[in-house]
Amino acid sequence: MKDIEWKGYARKDGSKGIRNVLLVVYLVECAHHVSSEIASGFNKNEVQVIGFGGCYPNSHADKVMRRLCTHPNVGGALLVSLGCESFNRFKLAKTIEETGRPVSTLVIQEEGGTSKAIARGTEWVRSALHQLQNTPSVKMGVKDLVIGTICGGSDATSGISGNPAVGLTFDRLVEDKAITIFEETGEMIGFEDHIASRAKTKALGDELRKSIQKAARYYTIMGHASFAPGNADGGLSTIEEKSLGAYSKGGKSEIAGLLKPGDIPTQPGLYLLDVVPDGEPRFGFPNINDNAEISELMACGSHIILFVTGRGSVVGSPIAPVIKICSNPDTYEQMEEDMDINAGKVISGELNLKESSNEIISAILSTAAGNKTASEALGHQEFVLLYKSFQPAGPSCLP
Amino acid sequence: MESSDKLIRLDDMDNVLIARCDIKKGERILIENKEIEMKTDVKLGFKVASKAIIPEEKIIKFRTPIGSATMPIEIGDVVHVHNMKSDYSPTYTIQNQNEYEGH
Repeated sequence: MKDIEWKGYARKDGSKGIRNVLLVVYLVECAHHVSSEIASGFNKNEVQVIGFGGCYPNSHADKVMRRLCTHPNVGGALLVSLGCESFNRFKLAKTIEETGRPVSTLVIQEEGGTSKAIARGTEWVRSALHQLQNTPSVKMGVKDLVIGTICGGSDATSGISGNPAVGLTFDRLVEDKAITIFEETGEMIGFEDHIASRAKTKALGDELRKSIQKAARYYTIMGHASFAPGNADGGLSTIEEKSLGAYSKGGKSEIAGLLKPGDIPTQPGLYLLDVVPDGEPRFGFPNINDNAEISELMACGSHIILFVTGRGSVVGSPIAPVIKICSNPDTYEQMEEDMDINAGKVISGELNLKESSNEIISAILSTAAGNKTASEALGHQEFVLLYKSFQPAGPSCLP
Repeated sequence: MESSDKLIRLDDMDNVLIARCDIKKGERILIENKEIEMKTDVKLGFKVASKAIIPEEKIIKFRTPIGSATMPIEIGDVVHVHNMKSDYSPTYTIQNQNEYEGH
């Protein structure tokens, strides 16, 4: 895997992307329709919509939006503002411009309403796409990749086939100097000592333990664990049992650091992403669904998301291709078009975990080289970004 | 580690086995060298007791406690939300998820 190379997109800020997406970004829900209408005239894989719905300011949302608009897979962005929302469009535009990406801001109230804004936005996107065609290419290898993982629609097979197969894949990616990120501290409750023992330094171990204790407290106050009724339909009886499976997708590598959403690691290794807000609970559940977690994995630089599902999730994402790994052989048969990998072969005895991991690695390399994943081909681009509050990560958190 | 065509033992310490395929009510399955007749259908991925379990005893999977029994469980019984609970936070379910109850 180490010697395999492909052509990626060279950004002026030095980052390397595997896609060349032009974003249309709504800065408040009121600008969502105009943004969708602008994007609808173009190829779904080339022009994608993301945004933040809220009208009140939030520094977490600001940071995630800055990271996403300057993500290595992103070539440029059109910001769409209604005109009166709190989101600081000037600061976001400046950040994007400083990375050398084309950016323009469309203010609907200044353009004279919906139709005029759509026409102006469409015109800009057309010219920016033309510009993106000239993006220089650059050689990329596994060491240039950031890979995030999440599991969603989990069932009792997730922890036996898909998640451990991803864990093994993560171990091999780390060996070959990639950056890997796993998350959802709410599904690690009970494993804090185990996780702390895997930290590169004792101080980091203490931070990891604290992040899980924080998650336990947060979810207790919310009155609901990270558990959906479908998990129980699929044979998972308790949050502990779900966590046991979820934890295995991080593999066995030493943990190099603890990230907050929007922190971008620079050294190779395995990182835990702390998705649970700091301080007293203010804005509700840490992540209301799988796509909210994917947004944060992307804000940490993930080029690709490995998504393990047992019950059968269909979601994808803008910006970073989602590789769907189905842990349940029956679900795979039922929903084959939505899946990239049948890790259920481990359950039926056709493959061992190593062989299943080989299939996942092939899918990563093929996706990195430009081939579409199932969710990309089907046009899935679900996106969620909500209010949160974080303190900056402590000095022991990053290598 | 023992595993059969239909059930996998994940760890020697475990008191549950995992169904690697759907198993029908009435099928006779070898568990710990005893032939046991299944009292209910068992779905892929679900847990089956590999020994008798008493109330409040920990349910052990992959050598890790995943909750506690809420009633006596016999060898061969499905172990799920109807006869075990979380030791952290209650499991949220909707509609017919206690389907194993009453068998």
